[in-house]
Amino acid sequence: MSVLSSLMGTMQADSAGQAVGQAAQQASGAEQAATQAGQAVINIPKTAWQDPGTNTFWLPEAASVTTDNVDWIYLGLIGLSIFCFIGITAAVVYFTIKYRQRPGHERPLPSPSHNNPLEITWTLIPAIICVFLFVAGWRGYVDLATPPQHALEISVTGLKWKWKFTYPNGVDDPNGELHVPVNRSVRLVMSSNDVIHSFFIPAFRIKQDVVPQRYTQLWFKATQPGVYRMYCAEYCGLEHSQMKTVIVVHEPGGYADYLARIEEQALNIPPAELGKKMYDNYCIACHTLDGTTKVGPSFKDLVLGGQNEMTDGSSIVVDENYIRESIVEPQAKVRKGYPASMPSFKGVLSDKKINGVIAFIKSLNDGSQQ
Amino acid sequence: MAKENPENPSYTSFLEDPHGIMGHRGGFWGWFGTFDHKRIGIMYLCGILASLMVGGLFALLVRLELFFPGETIIGPQAYNEFFTLHGAIMVFLVIVPGIPAALGNIALPMQLGAPDVAFPRLNLASFYLWCVGAVLLVGAMAMGFVTDQTGVDTGWTFYTPYSLKEHTAGDAILMSLVGVFLLGFSSIFTGLNFLTTIHKFRAKGMGWFQMPLNLWALYATGIMQVLATPVLGITVLLLSVERFLEIGIFDPVLGGDPILFQHFFWFYSHPAVYIMIIPAMGVISELITTFSHKHIFGYRFIAWSSLSLALLSFLVWGHHLFVSGQSRMAGMIFSALTFTVAIPSAIKVFNWTATLYKGVIRLQTPMLYALSFVLLFTIGGLTGLFLGVISIDVHLHDTYFVVAHFHYVMMGSTLVAFLGGLHYWFPKFTGKMYPEKLGQFISVMVFFGFNLTFLPQFVMGSRGMTRRYWDYDPEFTLMHQLSTIGAFVLGISLFIVVCYLFWAAYKGEKAPPNPWGASTLEWESPSPPPLYNFVEQPPLPELYEYDELVYDDEEGGYVRKLRDGGEVRSYRRYVRSKPSGGH
Repeated sequence: MSVLSSLMGTMQADSAGQAVGQAAQQASGAEQAATQAGQAVINIPKTAWQDPGTNTFWLPEAASVTTDNVDWIYLGLIGLSIFCFIGITAAVVYFTIKYRQRPGHERPLPSPSHNNPLEITWTLIPAIICVFLFVAGWRGYVDLATPPQHALEISVTGLKWKWKFTYPNGVDDPNGELHVPVNRSVRLVMSSNDVIHSFFIPAFRIKQDVVPQRYTQLWFKATQPGVYRMYCAEYCGLEHSQMKTVIVVHEPGGYADYLARIEEQALNIPPAELGKKMYDNYCIACHTLDGTTKVGPSFKDLVLGGQNEMTDGSSIVVDENYIRESIVEPQAKVRKGYPASMPSFKGVLSDKKINGVIAFIKSLNDGSQQ
Repeated sequence: MAKENPENPSYTSFLEDPHGIMGHRGGFWGWFGTFDHKRIGIMYLCGILASLMVGGLFALLVRLELFFPGETIIGPQAYNEFFTLHGAIMVFLVIVPGIPAALGNIALPMQLGAPDVAFPRLNLASFYLWCVGAVLLVGAMAMGFVTDQTGVDTGWTFYTPYSLKEHTAGDAILMSLVGVFLLGFSSIFTGLNFLTTIHKFRAKGMGWFQMPLNLWALYATGIMQVLATPVLGITVLLLSVERFLEIGIFDPVLGGDPILFQHFFWFYSHPAVYIMIIPAMGVISELITTFSHKHIFGYRFIAWSSLSLALLSFLVWGHHLFVSGQSRMAGMIFSALTFTVAIPSAIKVFNWTATLYKGVIRLQTPMLYALSFVLLFTIGGLTGLFLGVISIDVHLHDTYFVVAHFHYVMMGSTLVAFLGGLHYWFPKFTGKMYPEKLGQFISVMVFFGFNLTFLPQFVMGSRGMTRRYWDYDPEFTLMHQLSTIGAFVLGISLFIVVCYLFWAAYKGEKAPPNPWGASTLEWESPSPPPLYNFVEQPPLPELYEYDELVYDDEEGGYVRKLRDGGEVRSYRRYVRSKPSGGH
């Protein structure tokens, strides 16, 4: 939430005089965010949101390719509505003044009690306008509802009361923000962990409910780098109004850098925890933790300092080097009684991850992990 | 008949009326045991006005909280409970029964020239159900405050899975749903009663197209009440079945479908919007023709548009689910169908406006409300177009734009029409006049207060302000503050209305039988009317024909010319009831 809170802080500080206590609170939030920026995740681009000059009175900034579908009909309808409203109001006010009861005007003037051609006219004109509006809205909706092929897919999970974004490399966004590249179609595949939420980005004019036990989707293609607001639009309880975050649209190249950085950052955890993650991703298919045998031997038997018998009859002492070798060059020493079927993880697991796996295996037998 | 003016002083107020009660009894049972439609209507009216005050109080608390971003007076939990209370009370207790059960009950039999509704006992039963339902609904919601636990905070829509039993206030939610169930039956009984009464109790010579438009509107409403409301009851039953038998219906954990609830809910609640607005249109049709002193323009188009709205309202519920995950094809079909309701609504607005043309317009309080209605309903209707255009709805759904739109329809239109109708029939059923100047002033304040409250919300919503938010981005502060100020102007005005009406019911000037020069049958009876409404069956006047009505200073109201072969021989003053031994 660092970007969001710092932006909130800035805006609050600008609107001096209003909610002074809150501004102060938010300002301290901004400071915190600034210190966090030490471990800088991203550079915040200058945003359209912070610059009200690009907004119209009626609509927020527009920053996706599909917004035109919405905006021109919306603004056209505003015009039509104002025209109709002024027309009706003028007629009502004019008649009311002209035909008000006053001396000399006590009886209604002769006028027809119905007029079929007139009735049909004012039935048909609204009907034609409605057909036009429907077609316009329908065409726009087809665009909104049809993601292009080969869009970048990001998984979105709504939960009380935050959003979780999982990038194609499997990494969850550490700040609960959505980062995307500019000028690239992005498809969001969304689901909820608890109640119904709704994913809403005003600047992209898109919204879709996020429902438990099923997937819904949204797509967009951001046209300008910037930071845009994102809200939960379906009431979901206590912290509904805090279930908001920002979407950061990166300059070309910025997105890849960002992914690399958060991936790197995701490794900055205690080695045994990192090893557990690697185990869950890579080892679990063949190696158990409880002593039972799957394809390969269980990690429970892999006690550092213990002895293992190999297929060639030799016996080795289990140490860090043995485990490392078993990962990067598994065929070098194969445990007796097991097939030599393990693939090499050289290049798949970095040194840091291998160290994590070793730490995880060690932790299995010193009682700190199950 | 000439210049008949009984010496007998008639009673001065319904409060002292010894006849308008069952078995001539006064006191508690004189009211709660009555089968008289007028008394039942008045009891409904008191209940509805009390609910209006309570619901309005919560609206003001919600608006006050939103005066600043962050916490202003209450925390998010209380805020969520308050807007739930506001919505549930206003919808289920005020606006749905407002015009049909209160004003309709009083006016419908009299406009038909009938002594009472077809099923007076059912009428009373429906009021009892309303009372029990109201107590359960509000009681369940208030339980949270009393027991100091989480109260009902689901919003009036009770969307699943949020409202399911995992919710800490699950029992209270179920209890409030039982209240909604009973209120639904109250509404069904009223609708059934009105349909039968209109079919069977029309005055001799009154064909379908000699019925006042208010009756057409109540007829269309009755159809919807009878056909749509059972779905609400079924939905509540299904929620109970799921809860107690653990059969997956709406709960995704049990294999149910939470979106199904939304379909069920809106299958009732969308027609319910028309249960609220169509009677309002009926009232407005009466007010505009009466206060223009001129026949309504396009009678048949208005009558048929009421019926077609009732029919079409059943086909458009899916526009509440455009972004919920229903199929896109369904979304597009519902979008197309949604536009069909715009057309009958537009026809009515044009016809009302045309009725003013060449009339004699008197800007008394009911007419001021009626003209407010025409303008506010125009805004409500036009902004509905935005939400029918499916691509725009994707952006505007669940924002303040929607909040503003439905307040223009449900409050700006229905409640304003209710107030107009209340002032219109007030002299009839109480026998007293309300203070006219104050009434006019307040009606203007209601109009300005209302627009100040809700116009900024259109802009906020378009700019991305989502609804049901306790906190908001600072850029919306100014518009929220305007809205809150407007809400207080509105709230105070409505409070004054209720106060002066209660005052006038006791202390107001005596009302003539026909203070407005209205042409329909209820004005052919004394004010207040006796038990069974008419002392003798009045001749059926020509509908919306005002030439025969002239103002009479002695009477203080309008009297009807009596003709004999084209010559005006005399003026028929209205028969006043005689306090005799009963009927």
